[in-house]
Amino acid sequence: MDVLAGKVKVTSKTLDQTMKPAELMDHPIRLSARDVTVHYGEKQALHGISIDIPDRAVTSFIGPSGCGKSTFLRCINRMNDTIEGAKVGGKIELDGEDIYSPDLDVVELRARVGMVFQKPNPFPKSIYDNVAYGPRIHGLAKSKADLDEIVVSSLRKAGLFEEVKDRLSEPGTGLSGGQQQRLCIARAIAVGPEVILMDEPCSALDPIATAIIEELIDELRENYTIVIVTHSMQQAARVSQKTAFFHLGNLIEHGDTEDIFTNPVNKQTQDYIMGRIG
Amino acid sequence: MTDTVLPGAAAGAQNRERVRKSLSRRHRNEILFRWAGILSIAAALGFVAILFGMILSKGLPSFWQSTVHVEAFFDPELIEGGPRPVLADFPSPADHQQAVNEWQRAVTLSNWNRIVETALRAEAPDFEIETRDLLELVTSSARFQLRDMYFANPDVLGQTMPVSILASANTDNWLKGTIDRSQPDERQQLAATTRTLADQFEENGTISFDFAWHIFTNVDSRSAPATAGLAGAFMGSLYMMIVVIVLAVPIGVASAVYLEEFAPKNRLTDLIEVNINNLAAVPSIVFGLLGAAVFINYFGLPRSAPLVGGLVLTLMTLPTIIIATRAALRAVPPSLRQAALGLGASRNQTVFHHVLPMTYPGVLTATIIGVAQALGETAPLLLIGMSAFIANIPAGPLDSATALPVQIYLWQGNENRNFFEARTSAAIIVLLGLMLLLNAIAIFLRSRLEKRA
Repeated sequence: MDVLAGKVKVTSKTLDQTMKPAELMDHPIRLSARDVTVHYGEKQALHGISIDIPDRAVTSFIGPSGCGKSTFLRCINRMNDTIEGAKVGGKIELDGEDIYSPDLDVVELRARVGMVFQKPNPFPKSIYDNVAYGPRIHGLAKSKADLDEIVVSSLRKAGLFEEVKDRLSEPGTGLSGGQQQRLCIARAIAVGPEVILMDEPCSALDPIATAIIEELIDELRENYTIVIVTHSMQQAARVSQKTAFFHLGNLIEHGDTEDIFTNPVNKQTQDYIMGRIG
Repeated sequence: MTDTVLPGAAAGAQNRERVRKSLSRRHRNEILFRWAGILSIAAALGFVAILFGMILSKGLPSFWQSTVHVEAFFDPELIEGGPRPVLADFPSPADHQQAVNEWQRAVTLSNWNRIVETALRAEAPDFEIETRDLLELVTSSARFQLRDMYFANPDVLGQTMPVSILASANTDNWLKGTIDRSQPDERQQLAATTRTLADQFEENGTISFDFAWHIFTNVDSRSAPATAGLAGAFMGSLYMMIVVIVLAVPIGVASAVYLEEFAPKNRLTDLIEVNINNLAAVPSIVFGLLGAAVFINYFGLPRSAPLVGGLVLTLMTLPTIIIATRAALRAVPPSLRQAALGLGASRNQTVFHHVLPMTYPGVLTATIIGVAQALGETAPLLLIGMSAFIANIPAGPLDSATALPVQIYLWQGNENRNFFEARTSAAIIVLLGLMLLLNAIAIFLRSRLEKRA
């Protein structure tokens, strides 16, 4: 046991000490960020974020609006590249590979790091084409049958298949909000990513749809590294194993979800969790 | 001050009173505004109705033109050259061709006017009229019509055939009353005997008002204004529109996509954007000067050619298409771009798979509006020589041609005002009809594209 604990310290100093050694064996570090800063023009949005994100677990980012949690999330698949005037500093490694290195193709990165957005944004195409789009552009399917299988299994994994199996050719925009969001998750899964980023995936959904998505996230954790940004502390508590609290562009505290919610070290975290700031 | 110290209920009552007082004024303002709106729309519609009413009432009669129905005798004594040479009689096809050419020359030089005259006299055997005045009754191209009939079928030699000959423009004026019938002889376009004969022919049915198909199939004519048609101008316009669509749409859409989706936002692209917007406001005649200087003088393209006209109109249409396409691109929700980028689509794939298809309805509308504008444009074409009188239908975009709006302009200035006033309106009706057709196509395609999206 001690040996294992020692190993943990070697791999990551910042990783929370309270993580149980047995769990750590299953969850090596997938993503690690060091001193990440983001500037939007003159304005600095992130001040040196360093965090390690474990494999096959859900890490949630919480914090008040404008605290930089979404900005940081968007650094992980370089979506900030698309924003005019955004500058990212520091280092983010995915499996030890610098994702901001000039050798790395951002298209390849985004195939490995999928993203689900705040508002469900299916393409104005059929349900089938929505899911098939990623595999098509990346050339993942060798034949039509292959593609069919990817689409069906992705829809299954997103828990949507039973609801839409008879209308795969109907437009994805015709589904309900919750179904659309699951379609977007299926679309992300279809590319076969290792990491899935979710930017407040339930903020546009009603409680029932939210519950379904949360259940889905819990299932997906088996196979994917999931990072979720959420405004709802209950949601963070329900779905995530790790929680990071952001405030004013700083990472204030992070660790096991249970610890953050029951025993926060930092005063600001405590205030936020108690509902005093936010 | 007093308001603030009033107790709750009293303050509430006072506020309600104030709201009630302001209500009537607010309602009055709304009613006034509504009526102002209704009145302006009514005024606009009224003017459009007057415009259409005037054009239609003037132009429509022009589509029915006085036509003389006679029996023409293809008199072997008058028609020279004998029967058409037969190939079998000649040692070689070249000899035969030469003989045919000579035969055609002889036929053409025959006294066809005499045949026309005889046919006309046959309809009014007892009427005393000088030959010159009699021939004034029909269009001067009547002799060519009979000659062409004979060329097409030499077997009619010695036979009598029913022929419909267009009455001359002046006869048409007289019969339609577009010239004042009470004017004295010296102010009339036709001699007194010709006018009497025209009236007599109209009465006995020799002259009837037939639908003037030739407006659509003939080219402009000066010697025989009655036969003037729009076919040449229509083909000229058609070639120009093809050039405009083929060039302006791809170039315009490509520029808009590049500027909106790929170009870095800096001073240079700002400058380009301002310039494109300014270009849209440049008077069209300036584009004509540019076309004359660049395409004709520098590149040596032929004058009066629809290709040059099309190039000039392309330059004029480009800003319209670029601006509209950029607006359509900007209206595509960013979430769609994010969705595609987030899946690992490249920027190119994002634009061409997702963003651009969303703009098709907008691009289409812009294209049709641009093409309709180009179709109605006259001024730049005058400067590149497209206002020349062209008596042939252009066979290609490099042949001399004129265009529909230019034809309207030319007819409008024709000296036979009585006749061409109506003909001008007829041409306007055709042009407006084309515009309506274009707009209908645009609306149809847009609604179909929108349904699919």
